[in-house]
Amino acid sequence: MSDTLVRFEDVSFGYGHHLVVEKINLTVEPGCFMGIVGPSGSGKTTLLRLLVGAVRPVRGTVQLRSGLRVAYVPQVETVNWDFPVTVGEVLAMALLGKRRLPWRSAAEGRAIEAMLDRLGLAGLASRHIRALSGGQQQRVFLARALIGSPDLLLMDEPTSGVDVRTRHEILHLLDELNAEGTAMLLTTHDLNGIAAHLPQLVCMNRRIIGQGPPASVLTPAVLEATYGARMDVLSHAGMPVVVDIDLQRPRRVS
Amino acid sequence: MNTLWEPFSFTFFRNGLVVATLAGALCGLIGTYVVLRSMSFIGHGLSHAIFGGFVASSLVGVNYLLGAGLWGLASALAIGAVTRRRPIGSDAAIGVITTASFALGLVLGDVFRGPRESFDAALFGSILGVSGRDVASVAGVSAAAIVVVFLAYRRLLFATFDPDVAAVSGVHTARVDALLMVVLATSILVTLKVVGVTLLAATLVIPATVARMLTNSFSQMLWLATGIGAFCGFVGMILSYHLNWKSGPTIVLVGTVLFCFALTVGGRRGRSQVAHLGHVG
Repeated sequence: MSDTLVRFEDVSFGYGHHLVVEKINLTVEPGCFMGIVGPSGSGKTTLLRLLVGAVRPVRGTVQLRSGLRVAYVPQVETVNWDFPVTVGEVLAMALLGKRRLPWRSAAEGRAIEAMLDRLGLAGLASRHIRALSGGQQQRVFLARALIGSPDLLLMDEPTSGVDVRTRHEILHLLDELNAEGTAMLLTTHDLNGIAAHLPQLVCMNRRIIGQGPPASVLTPAVLEATYGARMDVLSHAGMPVVVDIDLQRPRRVS
Repeated sequence: MNTLWEPFSFTFFRNGLVVATLAGALCGLIGTYVVLRSMSFIGHGLSHAIFGGFVASSLVGVNYLLGAGLWGLASALAIGAVTRRRPIGSDAAIGVITTASFALGLVLGDVFRGPRESFDAALFGSILGVSGRDVASVAGVSAAAIVVVFLAYRRLLFATFDPDVAAVSGVHTARVDALLMVVLATSILVTLKVVGVTLLAATLVIPATVARMLTNSFSQMLWLATGIGAFCGFVGMILSYHLNWKSGPTIVLVGTVLFCFALTVGGRRGRSQVAHLGHVG
């Protein structure tokens, strides 16, 4: 495997006769920052679930580098916000070392405080998770994933349901973490707000349709094959901007 | 004043009081996980399934803890098998198998004319049948449950809050779930005689629900539910003696009063939290 973190070799997965992903060949290298895009039901989340071993391929293999530490940030929509848990408790639950006692050690307390401070959440440890803004909620789960010092961070729609400013903050934070050496693999529906800003993209719809830098992947041909809809790609400040040309301008009612 | 202390002069009452207090604490502790995992129906179902085993083992002269325990295990396996092989939801499978087991227990009790008082105690709870061995059983299971929660605290919390991410993070969620089911089934088994089958689900659910309304922290909820359960058991048992009511319903009614109180206080608290949320973001 050399230094490669993850290698998908001819991987297929499905339920019964229906394949959700088919013949996936993909490598995740150290330090990579990769986005996976595709329509709903295209197999993006399944790809992440295959990687973490939550589901097993019906064909092919998923190989992880020996001792690889993987952390997963779920979609915030899947979190039970009524669960009685504070920000500090969310981070502490990921500290699963040899310590068995329920309460935190002094070192664990310091690690939690440092992580909260790092992600701009200082002073919120005793706050209930619902009593946070959308951006803070997303960062709490990012903090829980990072506190175990992962080599590879997986994120499922990390910017869904947040405003433009929060999206910029999250993207900036992920960029910083990636620059510090954490490999990133995320799924997103946001072609212009997220995907176009990433160094590497995978376009998929059950199979991988295009893979590479956004400028080479976000093309009308690849997008039509991925989404089944005609799209145009413009350029703004050297970055691709995707426009859906099948959308009709609504007619004015006289 | 003498009337207040009178029941403490009876051994059966002292045994019943200790068992009811411990059983309340135990159900409060385990009930926290039952409520947060939306497993209330499983608790309800397991207690009914175990009743069938209780009657059957009483009739054939087998130790009821062993007989009812094995019956409960068989019911749990049957639920798993039916759910896996047929397109039936687990809630429907629990409903069918556990009520069938309960009905079988009632019919067996009627047909073979077993010890009527013992069956009534299992159905509605009674302090009269509580022996020194029952006190030891409840104390042992309570101690074991505290050790399990203490040592597996983070894993239990992670697997309850976010099972998918817990599994990715190295928690053996299937093992944790199985451990919790064993503790739940054992707790139901040893508290059956005091609280009764028909009300056991309430003692699992009410203390945890009251605690949830009073706090937003998991650790606080866990210990609050344990304390509330113990309080309901203790006060309910004393009231049941003085009012000459059955112990199970009295314990549940004390919990219900606390629930109504928390609902009133929690309503205000909830409104203040909503107002506070307005200042965030």
